Amino acid sequence: MNYQYVAQRLLLALVVVLGITFVVFMIMQIVPGDPARVILGPYASAESVAGLRDRLGLDRPFFEQYLTWLSKAARGDFGQSLLNGQDVSAQLLGRIGPSFELAMVSLVIGLVIAFPIGIISALKPGSAIDIMATIFSQIGVSVPSFWMGILLIIIFSLNLELLPPSGYTPIGEDAGDWLAHIILPAFTAGFVSASIQTRFIRSAMLDVLNANYVQTARAKGLTERTVVMRHALRNALINIVTIIGLQITALFSGIVIVEVVFSWPGLGRLAFNAVEERDYPLLQGAVMVVAIMVTLVNLFVDLLYFLLDPRIEYA
Amino acid sequence: MESPGLITIRRDVTDAPLGPVNTLWRDAFRRLLRHRLAMFGALVLLVVAVMGIFGPAITPYDPNGMDFADRFANPSLEHWMGTDDFGRDIFSRVVVGARVSLQVGFIAVSVATIVGTGLGLIAGYSTRLTDEVIMRAMDVLYAFPAILLAIAIMAALGKGIGNAMIAIGIVYIPIFARIARGAVLGIRNEEFIIAARAMGAGDIRILLTHVLPNVLSPIIVEITLSLAFAILAEAALSFFGLGTQPPDPSWGRMLSEGRAFFRQSGWMGVFPGLAIFFTVMGFNFLGDGLRDALDPKLRR
Repeated sequence: MNYQYVAQRLLLALVVVLGITFVVFMIMQIVPGDPARVILGPYASAESVAGLRDRLGLDRPFFEQYLTWLSKAARGDFGQSLLNGQDVSAQLLGRIGPSFELAMVSLVIGLVIAFPIGIISALKPGSAIDIMATIFSQIGVSVPSFWMGILLIIIFSLNLELLPPSGYTPIGEDAGDWLAHIILPAFTAGFVSASIQTRFIRSAMLDVLNANYVQTARAKGLTERTVVMRHALRNALINIVTIIGLQITALFSGIVIVEVVFSWPGLGRLAFNAVEERDYPLLQGAVMVVAIMVTLVNLFVDLLYFLLDPRIEYA
Repeated sequence: MESPGLITIRRDVTDAPLGPVNTLWRDAFRRLLRHRLAMFGALVLLVVAVMGIFGPAITPYDPNGMDFADRFANPSLEHWMGTDDFGRDIFSRVVVGARVSLQVGFIAVSVATIVGTGLGLIAGYSTRLTDEVIMRAMDVLYAFPAILLAIAIMAALGKGIGNAMIAIGIVYIPIFARIARGAVLGIRNEEFIIAARAMGAGDIRILLTHVLPNVLSPIIVEITLSLAFAILAEAALSFFGLGTQPPDPSWGRMLSEGRAFFRQSGWMGVFPGLAIFFTVMGFNFLGDGLRDALDPKLRR
């Protein structure tokens, strides 16, 4: 096993995480003018602006500010919310669960839709099913997720009154209610990711279906089912896992939007509220946690790829 | 009678246009014209472009003109898409909204293309250290979910359409950098580049006159597909109240304004969304068609 690949991949993830902290730190640095004045508004007194500048450490040199902020962030201290004075970390912790649940359920819904469509259209390229699948995936990538969310709310909540239009119930409290609340937002995010995955799964399957070993399997007289499930799909899975990894960032991007539309109490909605309130420490915390979550999931997928295909080497 | 062995140069041949030079692009264009979905996309985009260019001149009503006696009207011959909570004609607002979407899309993607392609060319062509620094920085930008990064940049720069263009542009820089770098790595050791270097051409000249034209196809495809994403991103930012500011109509903003009134009029949530959907689909179809036309090997 090539552990050099694992080590290099871990190092790269560390570099990316450090870079993420720098970008997140820069959010407040690029505010035009005095961030303290921008936060407090034009009518705040000079003393309160000076007080906030001092509290945020804005008078200190750039790198000192960054290193201080970084060392605190590394210990999970993102400061206090400017709006309610609560610890940012405590607020973030409460939001990670709901965001993660939504991401995972969306991913599963996406795969459940994408796998059969992708495989069938690869088995019959150019057929009516294949054309329908292409149209489906084009529609999926072109639909704005917030619009789809709105349409689903109009249909299933306002007109049919089948599902709640917004809100969240923790799964431990009432699993049925949790499910009722998560269906619409997860379907919205999952539908968009399904449309992208369908194309990739079709493409990955087409690649392996043309490979020599699949021809050999067919020539041996194996049933089509065995050829597809045991020979083709298994090998296509390696590429599919990578693609799912690449999709994670896009999936989280969709989830940020969906959380706002469905008032889902996750990190995306927290970040959005922080923007509305100009609560920069809260925004920095939320953005950083999401970006690091995405990086870790990508790392996990890359390492999984390594396990699935030991031939892979770091290039 | 010409003597055998003497080389004669026929004037009609040398004066003829250099046929083979442009056939790559001409063939690609022909393939594109035969691509049905791409042509459908182009047609949709033509309609959107007419809406964007002529905007207020072709709308039946003033897009910001209010008529409180006629609020929440359903679609009719008078108001093709109905009216909103201020009695404004939704069709007129959808037509005028095209301009914002196209403007933001084109400017944001231009920023991303110029900066991203430039960085990608430099990374692919220069030393390993420069390459590492540039591409790791791109990895970092790429690690942020696109909308979240755009929201964060807008939180810092402030609301407004100009900042939305900058934010969306920054978000898409890494995509162009990766594509340009990949394409450069594929050709940097080709003979024509080595020949140009041997003839004394400088790095910038090689990059601009020899490398860039050879990496254009994937970049043109990406520009088209990124326009689709940029229009979606603008709509999302305006939907969140960060992009276009009232009373100017933009499709995302119209959906956001309509949210509170869907019980009274579901139509307010339908037509602006359809406008976004068809425009994005147009760019996606055209982008896919361009990919197939410019690189038939990739066709699936």
